[in-house]
Amino acid sequence: MSDSAKAQPSVNVRAEYFAQMKRKRLYSGILLAIFVALMASGFMLADSRNAGGFWEGLHRVFDFPKSVLSEAWEKRAELPGHIVEFFPALIETINIAAVSTLFGALGGTILSMLATRGLARWPRLIPVFRRIMDVMRAVPEIVIALVLIFVLGGGPVPAMIAIAFHTVGALGKLFSEVNENASLKPVEGLASVGANWTQRMVLGVMPQVAPNYLSYALIRFEINIRASAILGFVGAGGIGYELKNAISWGQGRYDSAAAIFILLFLTIVAVDQCSSYFRDLLTHGRKKGEMLA
Amino acid sequence: MTMTAEAHAPSLKSQAEQIFRRKRLLAFALPALVLVYLAYAFFAFNVPALLGSASLENGQKLVRDTYSYKTHVTRDNRSGEVAFSIEGERKGRYPEGTHPDWVSVAGETTVITLPKGHEVRYFADHVEYDLPGYGLITAAPGSGGVNATFPAGEMPEWINASKNRVAITTEAGRLTITRNRTEVFRYSTGWELFFFTLDSPYHGLSLGQIVSRAAGGEAGAIWHDFWYNSMWRHVDVAWALFETVQMAFLGTFGAAILALPLAFLAARNFTPLLLVRQAFRRLFDLFRGVDALIWTIILARAFGPGPMTGALAILLTDTGSFGKLFSESLENVDEKQIEGIRSTGAKPVQRYRFGVIPQVTPVLLSQVLYFFESNTRSATVIGAITGGGIGLMLTQAMITQKDWEEVSYYIVLVILMVFAMDSFSGWLRRRLIKGDEGGH
Repeated sequence: MSDSAKAQPSVNVRAEYFAQMKRKRLYSGILLAIFVALMASGFMLADSRNAGGFWEGLHRVFDFPKSVLSEAWEKRAELPGHIVEFFPALIETINIAAVSTLFGALGGTILSMLATRGLARWPRLIPVFRRIMDVMRAVPEIVIALVLIFVLGGGPVPAMIAIAFHTVGALGKLFSEVNENASLKPVEGLASVGANWTQRMVLGVMPQVAPNYLSYALIRFEINIRASAILGFVGAGGIGYELKNAISWGQGRYDSAAAIFILLFLTIVAVDQCSSYFRDLLTHGRKKGEMLA
Repeated sequence: MTMTAEAHAPSLKSQAEQIFRRKRLLAFALPALVLVYLAYAFFAFNVPALLGSASLENGQKLVRDTYSYKTHVTRDNRSGEVAFSIEGERKGRYPEGTHPDWVSVAGETTVITLPKGHEVRYFADHVEYDLPGYGLITAAPGSGGVNATFPAGEMPEWINASKNRVAITTEAGRLTITRNRTEVFRYSTGWELFFFTLDSPYHGLSLGQIVSRAAGGEAGAIWHDFWYNSMWRHVDVAWALFETVQMAFLGTFGAAILALPLAFLAARNFTPLLLVRQAFRRLFDLFRGVDALIWTIILARAFGPGPMTGALAILLTDTGSFGKLFSESLENVDEKQIEGIRSTGAKPVQRYRFGVIPQVTPVLLSQVLYFFESNTRSATVIGAITGGGIGLMLTQAMITQKDWEEVSYYIVLVILMVFAMDSFSGWLRRRLIKGDEGGH
């Protein structure tokens, strides 16, 4: 009697556990199958809608890099000259990224503080400012850039404004996440001595969040360099514009395209390395600061 | 004790003062540096010249076009034929014998009523523009030029007249007269022919009428006329949006699948061999460093323009990014769980499957979904370069420089698409990774 009573629940639990496992495995199996089917059919569909097929094109992937490289090698004596020639365009691309990151960080800082609980100037408007940031983040840079190129004419400024606009939204979101972790004590202290909102933010919040802000802004700078190169390709000046011209000249002028590829690649890698070094320094520096305090 | 404290006091004080001085200097120098840089950029970007070349007219045209459209009433002065078409496009042409209701046709005479009491009259041999508050302008285009006569007084600046061409631009519309052609633009609010084009039997019907007709068995035909609307091309737009999302989906998840095994080879705790690790890390750097732009150009040469090229460009760039991120998360896994699995006699693959993957899945998945989100935007941009998806339609509509209502339509769609993808991936993230970021 007592024996079976003891055994019964354990068998049940066991059976239930196995049934549950089976169900879980079935669900993940179905999910995986759907995912695989989506990927496969997606690639097949994309392949059919592409101008050239995947399998016919596969062996040609290296043709273009090969012809660029071989031409660059043939005319390697001219390469330094090309690099010097396109250097100003590179500087312009970097300038676009830097200025838009600066403006974006400034705008993002203000918006993020207006959109953080506890810090907001007008707490009722927090959802409004959040929505504004969402919209700014959602607009792809190319949309604004193309409209502004039509109105303002080609050049770096439309690209700068477009990237800055997007950056405000992107950094604003990250900054407001940082703000949520900021201690409110300094803010309250400043409020008690009669500081106004701007003073509370600049003196009470900024010192706490500056390292994190800087680290996010550095990542954004990296992303913005890529974005400004791409926008150049659609007519906003800088190295992307030169690249487009160099490629459209076609065979025989690929040496300048090679020079631009090299410049762009080196810049991206260099900025990547620098920013990760500085970000490392920022987090380490903060640790040292905490130890001293 | 007190002695030492007193001895330290001056040095502490001077130290503090020094720190303050440095901070004050920094607080001044940093903004100054930024300002100097911005001033440099102001001139490097040639902002003064840009302000000079900026075309306010283009801006006004763009804004006006986004919420209004114009109907052309064109008279061929040789044959005397009058044609009505929306935006002057063939697709928007009124069928023979029909005309907008603000026009009245009686034999050779066409009377066009414009807002604010303005009226333009086409006669067999001359044109009249009745402008309340200014007077009557008449013109008889023919062999001697336009032969326009204006009310007495100084010519206002909104009239641009020469021997062979007269253009009158008012708030109510625009009249252009040349020897061969007389044309009136009349502006109306809204997006023209958004649902049905003029050749569709359903054009001009109210929503109620459409619904009752649909209920009467014409739903298929109605849907067909709307879906294949030649002006707005709803079917192509839907395909383009789908293609853009598809590029992002294939690129992101393809990259994740490719990067996961490679990340093991680049993680310190799974690949003790320094050479292999370094080789894979540099490979990731290479894939990331050769930006999506360059990948797109290279791949477009091999595969031609299209969504496949865009998907592969995203795939290659993100394989580099994911490889780096994944290997960093793999380096942070807890060894204890792997030990535990090992103690049961599991082989390496099983150890990875049951000891490592469950630990890193939430982190990796949330990274992948974040990339998916931002890649929807990138796919729009890449589509503009490589020719696929909504990005291409957007650039094409912009290049014509007149279909700004279509441009604004696409912009709205792109923003909605990005919003939808953001909330979808956010929802998925919350469903798949329980307990993740409950706050914020």
